[in-house]
Amino acid sequence: MATRASAGAAEAGANLPFLYRHHDKDALKEALYKMHLIRLFEEGAEESYMRGLIHGTMHLSIGQEASAVGICLPLTDDDQITSTHRGHGHSIAKGADVARMFAEFFGKTTGYCRGRGGSMHIADVSKGNLGANGIVGGGIPIAVGAALSAKQLKNCKVVVCFFGDGANNEGAFHEALNMAAIWKLPVVFVCENNQYGMSTSAERSTAVKDIAERAAAYSMPGVIVNGNVLSDVAEASHQAVQRARAGEGPTLIESKTYRYRGHSKSDRNRYRTKDEIEDWMTNRDPIALYEAELKALGIFGQDEIDVVRAAAAKEIAAGIEFAKESPSPETTDLEQYVYTEPA
Amino acid sequence: MVARLRELSYAQAIQEAMALAMEADERVFLMGEDIGVYGGAFQVTGDLVNRFGEERVMDTPISELGGAGVAVGAAVTGMRPIFEFQFSDFATLAMEQIVNQAAKMRFMLGGAVSVPVVMRFPAGSGTGAAAQHSQSLEAWLGHVPGLKVIQPATPHDAKGMLLAAIEDPDPVMIFEHKLLYKMKGSVPEGHYTVPIGKAEIRREGRYLTVVATSIMVHKALEAAKALEGEGIDVEVVDLRTVRPMDRETVIDSVKKTSRLLTVYEGVKTLGIGAEVSAMIAESDAFDFLDAPIVRLGGAETPIPYNPELERATVPQVPDIVAAARDLVRGAR
Repeated sequence: MATRASAGAAEAGANLPFLYRHHDKDALKEALYKMHLIRLFEEGAEESYMRGLIHGTMHLSIGQEASAVGICLPLTDDDQITSTHRGHGHSIAKGADVARMFAEFFGKTTGYCRGRGGSMHIADVSKGNLGANGIVGGGIPIAVGAALSAKQLKNCKVVVCFFGDGANNEGAFHEALNMAAIWKLPVVFVCENNQYGMSTSAERSTAVKDIAERAAAYSMPGVIVNGNVLSDVAEASHQAVQRARAGEGPTLIESKTYRYRGHSKSDRNRYRTKDEIEDWMTNRDPIALYEAELKALGIFGQDEIDVVRAAAAKEIAAGIEFAKESPSPETTDLEQYVYTEPA
Repeated sequence: MVARLRELSYAQAIQEAMALAMEADERVFLMGEDIGVYGGAFQVTGDLVNRFGEERVMDTPISELGGAGVAVGAAVTGMRPIFEFQFSDFATLAMEQIVNQAAKMRFMLGGAVSVPVVMRFPAGSGTGAAAQHSQSLEAWLGHVPGLKVIQPATPHDAKGMLLAAIEDPDPVMIFEHKLLYKMKGSVPEGHYTVPIGKAEIRREGRYLTVVATSIMVHKALEAAKALEGEGIDVEVVDLRTVRPMDRETVIDSVKKTSRLLTVYEGVKTLGIGAEVSAMIAESDAFDFLDAPIVRLGGAETPIPYNPELERATVPQVPDIVAAARDLVRGAR
């Protein structure tokens, strides 16, 4: 059976939730900064799309900020992640530069993928982000392969594999979890259950009530966590990463969360009610919950929070400017990067 | 110093290449179904598990999609995996990882990674294994930019091209015809490579170029010998690489002989022969042609079980002899 991580409340003998016992003020501020940076990035990307500066489509993760930041909190720059089509937040949480992300979305040569990948393939290999993926479940076996490398090269790296509730019904999910378990690989599977695979609810698509239950089939711990509570996510990730690094094998974390925007830019939100969306935005917003906690615990006042948010907004504005001013690739370079160029 | 030659089978040559690569580079390891104590469905890995251990000769569960993906993930993070498919037909289960991930990852990430994975595919008909264990799907993968696709036809090339594939920074797909595994040929000892992307003229001739792949190279050579007595002098080009194709060798050969016959085991329509033919039609070799181009490929059918039907599905020596004779004598 899947276990439920402590619901943010104090544990026996400790008055503070996990996050505040394990991280200093600077780290807490950094986490808040990154959550704001993700939200503002998504809003900036959405606005740029509306203004015709970004083409194609994109999948926004507004509402899922605590999940991305909390999971990446215990990771080092050497640890690796694989991400999903809804991967902007993961990328920022793992340390990517938003200017180069915007440049990628604008199709510019200064982008992380030199304009060849766009939103759906955003990556930052220098910080261990092996890339978002346009195929649902496509990154799951790749994460297991990266974890196999870590084990064989004995480099102590841990790999975090993000995917959504939709991916848990792909064959790749089951094949990959089984292999990670039989080989005891240092990988943490993170299912961000935002409740809908495009329009189809997890309830309609998935035979188990909680996706974390599926961990039992692969003899690994399955942990359910409130994905909108930063401390709870960070605690679950901390334990799973520790377990992986100690050579004890994989964990499946189900981070229950919600996306405010549609699946992509073509979504008319016909499969859920306005009330449902409104309820999540008003009562369970991850940034609001974190800020309330910071204030209640007397760690930051509203003034300090405002300063953090303003700094993030400034970085976003500068990033968009950088992207606008960057050069586009030449069509004569069309076939570049298909194969590795001879040294 | 010239390396000593020995007679090795095609399967032994592949095994020797893998062993050499694993001895030389600890990042190289093998993955696949029943490649450990079983030795592989065609005994290509043989007893390598005894020499290198289970960590480097890894039996995978029956999970082609997941297994191929694990190999891709390991390749982008510093390892040099060689992934064996039990039958090339099972590539169908792993197409997502091969086509969407392995082939495109470097491109999608703007050159930030390379994917040095090798995938081995026992392919082809002639074993009585029927429709799902006998296909020749190399043209499928040859259609995907980002992949390299090779079909060594001899033990010498199997070893040299596999070593080249292992050293290649990009994903290389090797199609090995199952009927070739027991074929013997002289193979140098030690390390050497045979370049990917270079065709080889197996026999020089004046009146007709036969461009053949894999086992069809041997059938074409047999046909060429049979035609000698009739005064029909055939040149046989072993294409060796499907992607990237060696345009120069094929075009030069056709300019010399003025006739082209392509012979391949995959289904004729939209196959390798179509690409070779179009390559000639689009080149200046077109002006040298004295006869229409002819393709001999697999029949438009799944591979049947009955041995006579099975043989009739793919080009045989008499088919090549007849087609070559018609072409040179102007019956076409």
